[in-house]
Amino acid sequence: MNETTGGIDLEDEDAGGVIKKFMFVNRKAPYGTIYALEGLEVVLISAAFDQDVSMVFMDDGVYELVKGQQTKAINVKNFSPTYRALEGYDIEKLYVERESLEARGLSEDNLIVPVEVLSAAEMGALMDTQDVVISF
Amino acid sequence: MKFGLMVNEGPYTHQATDTAYLFAKAALEKGHKIDRVFFYHDGVNNATRLTEPPQDDRHIVNRWTKMAEEHGVDLVVCIAAAMRRGIREENLAPGFRISGLGQLVESGIRSDRLVVFGD
Repeated sequence: MNETTGGIDLEDEDAGGVIKKFMFVNRKAPYGTIYALEGLEVVLISAAFDQDVSMVFMDDGVYELVKGQQTKAINVKNFSPTYRALEGYDIEKLYVERESLEARGLSEDNLIVPVEVLSAAEMGALMDTQDVVISF
Repeated sequence: MKFGLMVNEGPYTHQATDTAYLFAKAALEKGHKIDRVFFYHDGVNNATRLTEPPQDDRHIVNRWTKMAEEHGVDLVVCIAAAMRRGIREENLAPGFRISGLGQLVESGIRSDRLVVFGD
């Protein structure tokens, strides 16, 4: 099995050449459940497929990007530095929902990566343009 | 239409896996194609042949196996999620196979719709 492409031989890819808009919607807090961590693993694999990838952070998902996460006391790895590495995978479209930030007393300054802040209505319109939406 | 499915929750604990199965069944009955069902997060627990529900309950695992046998549906379990949860080749139910996350992305690329079942 090819590690970087998650079991797919890209040379044999029968959908080769097709570029779809993939949107990964992160809605859960980073710790407490595994959704955020395993979700990020999917995003990293998708980078190998040369698709048009974007990420959305909304609801408690906005906490995934908050600066200064400290997880030692709960014996869980702090994986938030991985979001900074996304740029190296050419995943640069990160969208955060304004209402979710405001409801939690957060602003763009609290986040570890540069993002584009969109209203719920704008986010809805953006989702409407996607081919594949996977939410965690 | 060609559908890809993603199942993100464990059997019996959560409705998602039942809904995914019923969706797949209804789609097949209408003449659509189910390209692949990809099991992720606790969804990998749909694939263990050690599952033994009470006799008066539905057998979720065997139901998937039967669907694979009758309709050639490709049941793929994520290897990383499976290893975390003790799902391995040795306890895999018939019809399932273990592979990587690329199988999910591939299904998203080549299906007309990718439908996600989970919380």
